[in-house]
Amino acid sequence: MSALLEVEGLTKRFGGVTAVSDCSFGVPEGSLTALVGPNGSGKTTAFNLITGYMRADAGAIAFAGARVRRPDPVTLARRGLSRTFQQARIFPDLTLVENMVAAIQQPWYAAFRRSIRTPERERALGLLDEFGLARLAGDRARTLSYGQKKLLEFATVLMGEPRLVLLDEPTAGVNPVLVEQIEQRVRELNARGLTFLLVEHNMNLVMRLCDPVVVLDHGTKLAEGPPSLVRDDPRVLDAYLGG
Amino acid sequence: MTRATGFGLARGAAFAGAAVAFPFVFTPAWIVNIGVLTLMYAALATAWNLFSGYTGYITLGQAAFFGLGAYTLGITFEHVGIGSGYNPFYALPLVGAGVALASLPVAWIALRTRQMTFAIVTLTLLFIVQQLAFNLHSLTKGSTGLMLPTPRFPIDSYDRPFYLAMLAILLVALGLCWLIMRSKLGLTLLAIREDEEKARGLGIRVTSAKLVAWSLMVWLSAMVGGVWAYYLTFIYPESSVDPLVMIGAVLMTFLGGRGTLWGPAVGALVLVPAQQYMITRLGASEFYLVGYSAVFMVVLLLLPRGILPSLRDALDSWRERRRTHGSKPVVHGEVRA
Amino acid sequence: MHEVVQALILGILVGGIYALMASGLTLVFGIMKVINVAQGALVILAAYLSYALWSHLGVDPFLSIVIVTPVMFVLGVAVQLVFVRSLRGPEASELSLLVTWALALGIEGILSVAFKTTFRLSLPSYADTTWTVLGYQIAEVRLLGFVASGVLLALLSLLLTRTRFGRAVRATVQNPTAATLLGVDANRVQTLSFGLGVSMAAAAGAVYGVIYPFNPGSHYDLISRLLSIVVLGGLGSIGGAVFAAVGMGVVESLVAVEISPIWSSFSFFVVLIAFLIVRPQGIFGLRERVL
Repeated sequence: MSALLEVEGLTKRFGGVTAVSDCSFGVPEGSLTALVGPNGSGKTTAFNLITGYMRADAGAIAFAGARVRRPDPVTLARRGLSRTFQQARIFPDLTLVENMVAAIQQPWYAAFRRSIRTPERERALGLLDEFGLARLAGDRARTLSYGQKKLLEFATVLMGEPRLVLLDEPTAGVNPVLVEQIEQRVRELNARGLTFLLVEHNMNLVMRLCDPVVVLDHGTKLAEGPPSLVRDDPRVLDAYLGG
Repeated sequence: MTRATGFGLARGAAFAGAAVAFPFVFTPAWIVNIGVLTLMYAALATAWNLFSGYTGYITLGQAAFFGLGAYTLGITFEHVGIGSGYNPFYALPLVGAGVALASLPVAWIALRTRQMTFAIVTLTLLFIVQQLAFNLHSLTKGSTGLMLPTPRFPIDSYDRPFYLAMLAILLVALGLCWLIMRSKLGLTLLAIREDEEKARGLGIRVTSAKLVAWSLMVWLSAMVGGVWAYYLTFIYPESSVDPLVMIGAVLMTFLGGRGTLWGPAVGALVLVPAQQYMITRLGASEFYLVGYSAVFMVVLLLLPRGILPSLRDALDSWRERRRTHGSKPVVHGEVRA
Repeated sequence: MHEVVQALILGILVGGIYALMASGLTLVFGIMKVINVAQGALVILAAYLSYALWSHLGVDPFLSIVIVTPVMFVLGVAVQLVFVRSLRGPEASELSLLVTWALALGIEGILSVAFKTTFRLSLPSYADTTWTVLGYQIAEVRLLGFVASGVLLALLSLLLTRTRFGRAVRATVQNPTAATLLGVDANRVQTLSFGLGVSMAAAAGAVYGVIYPFNPGSHYDLISRLLSIVVLGGLGSIGGAVFAAVGMGVVESLVAVEISPIWSSFSFFVVLIAFLIVRPQGIFGLRERVL
C-alpha cells in the first residue's frame, strides 16, 4: 500500500518550545491510521501543520504523491484532504441542510446558481440520514447538542468527497452511544475506500479500530506500526506512564 | 438570513413603482431634494451591507470609493469631456467599474488581515484618498475644489433626473443583494461570516468570494458618488471623502438591520428626513454631531440587530406561541446575541 | 545632511508623543479587543482642558498633566462602564469600533459647541525657546514633551511589570480565561485598563496642546496616524507601538523635509499598506491563524 499522506521532518517551534520536532510518518491509502501520544506530544500541532492551519518551520508534506509546498486549508480541501476540529465547528446560524450544501466544493462559475438545488438537497438529506440527523434538517445548527454537532461536522466534511479525512479527537466529550455511532460510520466509510487519520485519546477505540498506530512523544515519532506491536512497545509504555 | 421569495419580488416592484412616481407627484424642489438624499444614503447603505452585512467584515472605507467616484466623474469632465445632460449618467457604470478595478489590489492586501485590522486598514484608505484629493492639485484642484458643468435640466424639475439616477442605482443594489442572497455566493458569504476558518477548511474559496462582494460594493458606491458630484456641480476633498457620510450609511444599515435586504433602505428612510430636519432646526452648528453621536449610541447599544430583524424575531415568537398555545416548553440552544 | 539629521531629531521627538498616545490604544486592544477610535478625540479633549487651565488659571501645560490625567482616568472608567462594557457577543469588537467612533463624534461636537472651531495653542513663556545642540535646533516644548512621554511610558512599563495590577493586566492579555480562573477580576481589569489607556491619551493631550495648534476636528488626523501606528506595531503590543510610533515620526519628518510637507501624513499610510503586504500581522503581531 502506498502512502496517501507522507510527512517528513516536520518541525514547529513556538518561541522556546519545540512542539513538533523532526516528525516523520506515513498514512497508507485506505487505512485507518491513528496518531496518538500523551498530552503535549504535539499531535494537535502536527495536525494543524498538515492541514495548513499553521506554517511549519521545517519539513515536507506530500499528498497523493505530490509535494505540498505551502499547505493551505482551501487548496488541501480541494485536493481531497479535509479535517474536523476538536471543538466541533459548524455554522450555527445556518440550517443543517445549508451547512451541508455550503460544504460542496463548487467551481467559480457556480457562484451565481441557486443556493440549494434539488440534487444537492437530496444528497445532503441522504448523508444526514446516514448520520441520523435527517429529521433535524431544517433546524439551525446552533440548536444541536454537542454530540450532534460533531456528527454534523463529520457529515459536512464528507460532502466535499475527500480522499483523506483527518479527525481531530472525534470522540472527545461524547457519550458512549455516540462514540459507537461515530465508530460505525468510520468503519463503513473506510470499507468504501476513504482513508482516515485520527488523533485520539480513547485507546480502546484506537486499538480495535486503527492500523497503523503512530505514537508521538515530545513532538517526535516514537513508534509506528500495527496496534498489537505498538501496545507492547516498552518505549510507548514508558512515555504514557511517565518516568 | 431572509429567504427571498416571490412575495419579495412583488414588494420590490411595488416599491420601485411608488418610488418612480414620487417626484412626479410631489414636485416641490425641496421635497425631491430630500428624496435624492434619502435614495443616496439608501443606496450607499445597501452597498455597504452587501459587503459588510454578508461577510461580517466591517469596512470603514466606503467614503473613499464614494469620493473616488465623485472625483473620477469630475476629472473626466475636466479632461475628457463627456458631454452634458444625461450622458454623464450613462458613463457612471464605467466610472464605477474603473474605481472597482483600481480598488482590487488594495482589497487583496486588506482581506489578508483579520477583521479588526481590516476595519482599520479600510479606514486608512479613507484618509489616503482624502490626502490624494488634497495633494494631486493638477488633477483634482485640491482644496480649491473641482467644478463640474451644470446640466441644462428644466428648472422646475431640475432635481428629478438625479433622483431617478439615484433610484436606479438603489434598485440595482437591491437587485444584486437579492440575487446574491438566493445564490451559492450568498451561502458562501454567510458561511464565511459564521466561521471563516471552518469555511476554508471545507475548501470554500474565501478570498474570491470576499473580493466579488467587495467589487460590487465599490462599484455601487462609486456610482453614487458620481451622481452626487454631478448634482452638486462642485466638489472638494472634505465633502467628497467625508467620514460622516459613511458613518451615516453604516448607522442606517445597523438601524434597519444588517444582512437583510430592505434594512438599509428602511434605515435611510427613517434617518435622512430626520437628519435634514435636525439641520434646518439646529443649523449647521455642531449640535448636529452630538445628535448624530447620540442616535448612533442608542442604536448600537439598545438595538444592535436593527429594526427588521427585531421585528422578524417578534413575529417568529408570536407565531411560535400561537402554534404551541404556550403548552410546549421551548427547547432551543442559545438566544441570539 | 544637516537637514536630514534635523528631521531625524524632530521625528524622534514627535514619535515619542505619538508613542504615548498609541500605547494607550494598543493596551486597551490587547486586553479587551476593543479599538478605541475615540483616542484621538480624548487627546484633543485633554488638550482643551489643559488649554483652559492655562488660559484661565495660568497653569503650566506640563504641570497640568498632573490634574488632567486623573480627571480623564475617571472619565475613561465611566465611558467603559457605560458604553463599552455592555457590548457582548461575537461582534463586540466590531461594535466597539463603531461605538467609540460615535463617542469621538460626540466629543468633537461638544468641544465645538464649547470652544468653537478656532484653533488653539497653549503658549507658556517658553513656547518659542529653542535650544541649539551641536548645530541642531531643538524646540524646548518638543523636548519637554518627549521627556514627559518617556517618563510616562517608563512609569507604564513599571506598572505593568512590577505591580499586582500590572501582572493581572498581562495575564488577561495572554489568556483571559486562565486569568479569571486564577482569580483575576476580568471586569475590573478591563475597566481600569481602559481608564489607563485614556490617561495616556490625557497626558499626551496636555503635551500636544503646547506643540500643535488644534481644534475639535483635529482628532481625525490624530486617530488616522494612531491607527496606522498600532497596526504597524502589531495590535496589542506596546513595545511594537512605541517602536512604530518613533519610526513613523521619523518617516513623516523625513518626507516633509525631503519631498514636501503635504505628503508627510500620507507617508504614514503608504508605509502601513506596504508593510501589510509583507507582514499582515504588523511588526510584533502574532502570525498564526486563530483556531
